[in-house]
Amino acid sequence: MAEEFNSVTETSQGPLLEVNRLAVDFMLHGHPVTALADVSFSVAPGETVALVGESGSGKSVTSQAIMGILPSNAVITAGEILFDNPNLGRRQDLAALDPDSDAFRQVRGGNISIVFQEPMTSLSPVHTIGDQISEALFLHRDASRAEGLALTEAMLGHVGFPDPARALHMYPFELSGGLRQRAMIAMAMICHPALLIADEPTTALDVTIQARILKLIKDLQAELGMALLLITHDLGVVANMSDRVVVMYHGHVVEAGPLQALFESPQHEYLRSLMRAVPRFDLAPGERLVPVREIHSEAGALIRKPTERVGDPKIPHLRIDNLGKTFHLRGGGLFGGQDRVLRAVDGVSFEVERGECFGLVGESGCGKTTLSKMIMRAITPDHGEITYQDGHDAIDVRALEGDELLAFRRKMQFIFQDPYSALNPRMTVFDILREPLLVHQLGDLDYQREMATELMHLVGLDPRFLNRYPHSFSGGQRQRIGIARALALQPDLIICDEPVSALDVSIQAQVLNLLKDLQQELGLTFLFISHNLAVIHYIANRIAVMCRGRIVELASRDRLFAKPLHPYTRALLEAVPHPELSQPLDFTAIADAAASDPARWPAPFTVTQNAPTEFIEVDPGHFLRVAAGVKASDLAA
Amino acid sequence: MLRYIVRRILTMIPTLLVISLLVFVIIQLPPGDYLESYIAELQSQGESVDEQRIQFLREQYGLDQPMMLQYWFWLTGMLQGDFGYSFEYSLPVTEVVGDRLFLTVLISIATILFTWIIAFPIGIYSATHQYSWGDYGLSTLGFLGLATPNFLLALVMLYFANVYFGTSIGGLMDPEYIDAPWSWDKVVSVLEHLWIPVVVIGTAGTAGMIRRLRANLLDELQKQYVTTGRAKGLPPGRLLRKYPLRVALNFFVADIGNLLPAVISGAEIVAVVMSLPTTGPILLSALQSQDMYLAGSFLMFLAILTVFGVLISDILLAMLDPRIRLGGGTAR
Repeated sequence: MAEEFNSVTETSQGPLLEVNRLAVDFMLHGHPVTALADVSFSVAPGETVALVGESGSGKSVTSQAIMGILPSNAVITAGEILFDNPNLGRRQDLAALDPDSDAFRQVRGGNISIVFQEPMTSLSPVHTIGDQISEALFLHRDASRAEGLALTEAMLGHVGFPDPARALHMYPFELSGGLRQRAMIAMAMICHPALLIADEPTTALDVTIQARILKLIKDLQAELGMALLLITHDLGVVANMSDRVVVMYHGHVVEAGPLQALFESPQHEYLRSLMRAVPRFDLAPGERLVPVREIHSEAGALIRKPTERVGDPKIPHLRIDNLGKTFHLRGGGLFGGQDRVLRAVDGVSFEVERGECFGLVGESGCGKTTLSKMIMRAITPDHGEITYQDGHDAIDVRALEGDELLAFRRKMQFIFQDPYSALNPRMTVFDILREPLLVHQLGDLDYQREMATELMHLVGLDPRFLNRYPHSFSGGQRQRIGIARALALQPDLIICDEPVSALDVSIQAQVLNLLKDLQQELGLTFLFISHNLAVIHYIANRIAVMCRGRIVELASRDRLFAKPLHPYTRALLEAVPHPELSQPLDFTAIADAAASDPARWPAPFTVTQNAPTEFIEVDPGHFLRVAAGVKASDLAA
Repeated sequence: MLRYIVRRILTMIPTLLVISLLVFVIIQLPPGDYLESYIAELQSQGESVDEQRIQFLREQYGLDQPMMLQYWFWLTGMLQGDFGYSFEYSLPVTEVVGDRLFLTVLISIATILFTWIIAFPIGIYSATHQYSWGDYGLSTLGFLGLATPNFLLALVMLYFANVYFGTSIGGLMDPEYIDAPWSWDKVVSVLEHLWIPVVVIGTAGTAGMIRRLRANLLDELQKQYVTTGRAKGLPPGRLLRKYPLRVALNFFVADIGNLLPAVISGAEIVAVVMSLPTTGPILLSALQSQDMYLAGSFLMFLAILTVFGVLISDILLAMLDPRIRLGGGTAR
C-alpha cells in the first residue's frame, strides 16, 4: 500500500532543490532588515546537506522560505528556489509562488516536509497523535479514513512506537520528548516527501535519544530515498549525518562543499573558529577552547581572591549522604487508576572537594535537577544529609531555618539553565545584580554600584550596560548576567544547572571558558550539572553519572572517559556524535531503550525492586553501583 | 471522567454550605430584625403597636432564638424545599420569587449568549488582523464599552429606545402583560423588551471578553504547533479553526465562571434603574427592610446558579481538554 503514495520518482537529472541568490528581508518598525543575502546551494535527490551556523545566521529563515512559512513580516526580495516537483514532473520556482496558493500547499507537507526542534510544543496539545499525523496524509493523498489510519499506524510502528495502535489515540502530553519527536517525524514522513527539512531535530533531546533519532532519520532516508536538509549548529551531528555541508554566517553562505573537504581543511575563518570552539574528548590536558568571540574577564578590588577564602582543602566542601526524594503521582485514567511513586533521587551520596569542579551527568528526568534543588533547600528531601563545610564549622544544611538559612545563602549560589526566564524582564541589569545585595543588606548604594560595575567587568560585559533591560542582550550575554548575579554575594560554592545547554556552540565555549577562569581566579567550587558529556569532560575534575535517581558510576574525568565500567556510562559515551570524521557514530550499535532501564542492565549491574545494590570502590577514586555482595575483585574477572 | 464529575459535585456541597452561612451572617449583621423595622414604620405612621401580636410573630418566626439556631432552621428548611416566609409580602418566599427568578435566569443566559455571539467573531477578527484598522477600531469600541458604567448606558438606551422605537420605558414586558398568564403575545413582548437589558448588561462583559479572546488567540497563534499545521499544508481557515481556535475555546468555556457573577451582579443595578421585574429590585428592598428569609433565599439562589455555572464550565473544560481529562494531577 505504501508504494501507491510514493511520490519520489526520478523526473529528471540535476538537483532536487536549488536555491539561487536568495535574499529575505524582515520589516521591523517599517524598516527592512536583511535576514538572508545571496544564499545559494543545492540538494540532490537522496542526498543529505547540512546547513550549519549559529542562531541568527539565517538557517531557519532559509528553511522557512523553502517551506513558504516565513513570518508575515518577512519578504523574499530576490532569488529563486527551484524545486523539482515530482507531481508536475518539472522544476518550479517556489520563491515566485504565493505561499497561500493551492499549488504551494500541495508542495508543503506533500513533497517537502519539516521536523522542528521543539517536540514539546510542535504538536497540538488537544489533538491525538493519530489525528495530527493522518491529517497530513488526508490533505495530500487520496486515502479513505480506514486506509489513512492504517497507514498512520504503520508509520508510527516504523518510527519506533512500541504500541502503534494505542499511540494513535494518545495525546502528546502522554508521551516523552523522544516519542514526540518520533511522532513529528512520522507526521513529516507520512506523505513520503522528496525532501525532508530537519530543523535542529535533536537539539532538545538527550544524547542517547538523539543517537536513536538520528539513526531513525538515516534509516528512513535510505529506505524512502528522500533528500535531507539538516539544519544544526552541532558539528558532531553534521559529521555523522551529512554528505555535504553549507556554512552560513550573518545571512550569507560563507563556505560550502563535501563533508570531508570541509572538515579536513576548512577555508573560511568562521568555520575554522567554530571547529575550535567545540569541546572534544581528545583535547590535550589544559587545552582551552577558542570561542568565536573572546571575552575578557577581570576581577576588581571588591571581589574576594582565593587567598582570602578560608577552608581546609582536605575536608570535603560539600558532602551529600544518602539523600532521597520520592514524588507521588496521582494516577490518571477514567476512574483514577493507581497512584504512582517516582523515586526522583534515591540514596545519593557524594563529596565535592574544595576548589574542584564536580560534574553530574545524566539524561533528563534522572533526578539531577531535583538533587540540586534539594541542596539549595528549594525542595525538602525525604531523608539523607547535606553537610556544608564553611571553613570553620560543618553546617547541617537541612537543619537551617530563618536567619541561619538566610546567612547560609551567601555561601552557595545557583546558575540557571534558561537565560531567558532566569532574569526578570522588568528589572535593569543593575537592579538584577543589586538585588542579592539588598536582600542581604550589604553595603550602601555606592558600594552596590561599584560592586555591580566590578561584576560586569568580571563577566566581560561593559558596565555601561547596567541601565539596560535583559531583552537587549543575547542569550550568552544574559547567561553572563546570570553568572554575575550568582557571584554578587561572593559565594564559595556555585551550582551550575545546565548553564550552557541553551546556548550556541560558539557562545557555549565563551561561557565555559568564563566559568573555568572564574573558578581559578576566585577559588570557587562548582557543582556542574549537564547532560552534555563533552561539556562535562571539558570543565569537570571528577564526574558522577546519574540514572533514574541513582549515581551509577563516579570517577575522575580521565578515568571515567578512558575506562568506563558501567553499561549506562558506556551507552552514554557511545551515543555522543563526535565532530570528527575519524570517529563516526556506530549506528548499528546504537543502544535501544534498554540502556537507560536499570532492570535491563546486565548482571551485576541490574537494579530491580527487590535486589539491593551498593556503591563500591573498584579502584581508588572510582566508584560503581553493583548488586549487593559483589566485590571489586569479582568485576575484574 | 465520571469520577471527576462526582468529585466536582461533592466539592460543591461545602462551598454552598459556606456560602449559606456567609449569606445568613451578612443579612443578620445590621442591628435589629424585620419586626423592629416593622414597628418603627408603624410608629412613624402614628399607628399603635400591638405588643402581643409582635411577640406572637417573634415566636412564630423564631426570631427570639439564637442566631445559629435560626440559621439551622433556615438551612434545613431549604433542603426540604421550604425557603421561609416573606414578612413584607406575607407570602412564602417561593411564591414571591417565582417568575422573577425565571426572568433573571433568562436575562443572564441571554446576556451570556449575546456576549459570545458578539465577542467571538470580533475577537477572532482582532487577533487574526492584529494592528489593522479594523482591529484598532473594534478595540476602541471595546474600550468604550468597558469604560461606560452599566446604569448610565441603561438610561441612555432607555431614552433612545423610547424615542426611536417607541418601546415603553423600563420593565421587561408591556404593562398589560404584567401578572397576566403566559401567552404567545407575552413572550413576544418579553423578547421585544429583553434586548435592552441584555445589551446594557452584556456590553462591559463583551468588551472584556473581546480583549481576553484576542490576547489568548494571539498567544496561541504564536505557538509552534500552528507553524507545524502550516507546514503540513493546511489552508489558513481550516488551520485557524482546528488548532488555535480549538485551544482558545478552553478559555472561552472557562470564562463562564467569571462571566456569571459579573452578569448577575451587574444585572441587579441595571434592574433597579430599568425597573425590571427580576430579582434585583426585590432583593434590594428585602435587604432594606430586613426581610431576612426573602433576601437570604434570593442570595442563595444566585449563589447556586453561579456554582452550577462554574460546574458546567468545568465539565465542559474536562470534555474539551484531554490534559484535564486524562492528566488530572499527574503533574508534579
